[in-house]
Amino acid sequence: MGDVDLSRVGSVFTGTPAYEVTRRAVAAFADVTGAASPIHRDPAAARAAGFSDVVAPVTFAVAVAQEAESEYIADPASGIDFSRVVHADETFTHHRPIVAGESLSTAVHVDAITARGGLTLVTTRTEISDPAGEPVASVVSTLAVRGADA
Amino acid sequence: MSAGVAENPLVSAAVGDVVVEREVEVSRDRLVRYASASGDFNPIHYNDAFAQSVGLPGVIAHGMLTMGVVGGALTDWLESWDPAGIARVARYGTRFARPIPVPALESVRVVVTGTVGALGLADDAGAPCVRVDLRATLDGVSVLAKTQALVRV
Repeated sequence: MGDVDLSRVGSVFTGTPAYEVTRRAVAAFADVTGAASPIHRDPAAARAAGFSDVVAPVTFAVAVAQEAESEYIADPASGIDFSRVVHADETFTHHRPIVAGESLSTAVHVDAITARGGLTLVTTRTEISDPAGEPVASVVSTLAVRGADA
Repeated sequence: MSAGVAENPLVSAAVGDVVVEREVEVSRDRLVRYASASGDFNPIHYNDAFAQSVGLPGVIAHGMLTMGVVGGALTDWLESWDPAGIARVARYGTRFARPIPVPALESVRVVVTGTVGALGLADDAGAPCVRVDLRATLDGVSVLAKTQALVRV
């Protein structure tokens, strides 16, 4: 596989089907990350706290974002060899918590591709929105891709 | 969001206050369950031979699992005094400093701490916030860097 295609900066990918948030997925994510609050599992507790249904853990949006990012990352034309990738950084901006029963749309923006030494840093920003188009969360992720000789 | 809030410790917070302390066991079982929960099935997180073929010592934990465990510790603390506390997290970010090798049979222990790092901040809408600085260590060495949460007061 060749080098990362630098010309993809500024591209936007919106081809991933909407992500349907289920109670089961929220509870499984809470269990494995050790988030113990009942609002992740018990609809009554979530409603008592003012939410419409169980609330996704604070990093759950990565599951939504990574699925969408793959439209770009896994495309051979992008030139990203996943076996040479390490995750460099991740930042979530939350407009509001995600709850079960939602259908979430995504737009993946390729914000930057920077060559530094033997590494290429690829920064994507996945904007997650609800069916009304209102923003839910923004997920910025930087992958570091080692060159073939590194 | 103020209904049901016991007493908001962020109002009287001081830089250096320790607000989060948790220890988490990370095992291969946990990595497999995280792969399923997150959809991240990169084989470096379950297959030693594959991990070694790409230059790693063996299977390593998902960085996002570590970030998730730290985030869960933070939101459990927020939930302990505000039932809707998770909605206070405006931003949560980290860099991944070091991989966590996870042996085939034993688990490793990650220690999570969080302290108040800065006061008098604001989110994008101008709401008052504090910054909570988080750490995750393995054998005393940080595995994450610049792990910060912007939390609405």
